[in-house]
Amino acid sequence: MSDFLQRFGHFWIAIVERLGRATLFLFQLLGALFSLVKRPALLIKQLHASGVMTLSIVLVSGLFVGMVLALQAYNTLIDFGQENRVGTLVALTLVRELGPVVTGLLFAGRAGSAMTAEIGLMKATEQLSGLEMMAVDPFKRVFAPRFLAGFIALPMLAAMFSAVGVLGGHLIGVEVLGVDAGAYWSQMQNSVSFVHDVCNGLIKGLVFGFVVCWISIFEGADCIPTSEGVSSATTRTVVYSSLAILGLDFLLTAVMF
Amino acid sequence: MRMTSTIAMSEDGPTLVQIRDLHFSRGNKAIFRGLDVDIPRGKVTTILGPSGTGKTTLLKMIGGQLKPSQGSITVDGLNVGKLKRGQLYELRKRMGMLFQSGALLTDLSVFENVAYPLREHTDMPEALISHLVLMRLHAVGLRGARDLSPSELSGGMARRAALARALVFDPMMIMYDEPFTGQDPISMGVLLELISTVNKALGLTSLMVSHDLEEAMSISDYLVIISEGVVVETGSAEALRASSSEWVQQFLQGKPDGPVPFQAAAPDYETELLGESRVSR
Repeated sequence: MSDFLQRFGHFWIAIVERLGRATLFLFQLLGALFSLVKRPALLIKQLHASGVMTLSIVLVSGLFVGMVLALQAYNTLIDFGQENRVGTLVALTLVRELGPVVTGLLFAGRAGSAMTAEIGLMKATEQLSGLEMMAVDPFKRVFAPRFLAGFIALPMLAAMFSAVGVLGGHLIGVEVLGVDAGAYWSQMQNSVSFVHDVCNGLIKGLVFGFVVCWISIFEGADCIPTSEGVSSATTRTVVYSSLAILGLDFLLTAVMF
Repeated sequence: MRMTSTIAMSEDGPTLVQIRDLHFSRGNKAIFRGLDVDIPRGKVTTILGPSGTGKTTLLKMIGGQLKPSQGSITVDGLNVGKLKRGQLYELRKRMGMLFQSGALLTDLSVFENVAYPLREHTDMPEALISHLVLMRLHAVGLRGARDLSPSELSGGMARRAALARALVFDPMMIMYDEPFTGQDPISMGVLLELISTVNKALGLTSLMVSHDLEEAMSISDYLVIISEGVVVETGSAEALRASSSEWVQQFLQGKPDGPVPFQAAAPDYETELLGESRVSR
């Protein structure tokens, strides 16, 4: 029994200690963001790596999610004679929930894991130590550009996911299932509020971007510098980011809507 | 930022690095237990010792990447453990370090790797950066490999490129972490020549950590053997060869039997293989 209690205590102490380290890491990371004013090229390079390179998977996913939503909505609403409201349902679902959440999950899997693996390998191959010894702060050169790029990219990707999803909904709802095009767009225009729906969706994207990038970069920098350590850190990034996105989504939805 | 320094002296002349009563532990394992070392200025000094004695850790502590739990490390009169981040970075600009792996940035070409410290810390015009980088690459025999990426280099070439990078900022001292590991005879000869020539030509202080006894002893002015957290012996290669210490002789001659056990501390072999009951019977 005492052995169990000891292990239980160690487990929680280790978690609290790691959370403390992650928080200190975040403060250092936020402090290093100002350095990017002088080095915008570093940010642009990372915007390409984490934003542009994630675009294709986000757009394809958005299209299919929109198409599925339209199909499901049509099959349900037609029983009530409300199939003209397909556009409303597709748009609200995408802009409020699925856009930021699915994009966040895709971003964590594509860009977040890549960030962790890259930083972890830089640690394992002594590149981070090499920077330190050249009097170059890895927080300014490596971590801050990746963090800010992800923070900017995720809400933009989420917006594009939603936009393409609406087009996918149009393709299925209007072109295939025969919903009136005017009804599809006008119902959507009447029901979707820019401030209440679109802006709140973007805020969700910003929050998810912040958390995913924090987790990804911290896991990379804090990993055990071996192949197994980098692999575990990459897995943790995807798991923790996904859970954080889903948990935060519930909290934000409860507050916003 | 202004930093003042004082020049320490030892029996071997002016001292660049002074280590006093250094203590450091990793978990429950004590790496250093009151280490005292003087690294003379302008000479090639090598730190020797069995694996796991903390030689690389010592280099990291001199570079300020790890802090001692007790004692002090003074580099050019500055106590490394007490420097603020900005002061430490100023000091590091005057130090070069050659890592075991080379530690080249994999997203940059060889040329850009060598130019990196200049681009980060100076506003030099591109033409001057190009001249300096090509001169350093020529010195290490890699001028023709300037456009290659680090993944296209052999281990020896990567280490030479890293040496060019470490030298490009004209440091006062350079630290080498196992520079000869995994080198073929030609690369080994080139590196030995380079380390020795660079030290003399640029008036550097070189501090090396190595397992390769013959190579290290052939170019070192001063050697320090450490084991179990303390200094075992110091002196020139001749002095070490003539040492009466059994420990030093075992280490230099690579004998399996002697004061240094081959086996790591472990329970009784017979008991572990046969179990308590079988042994007692």
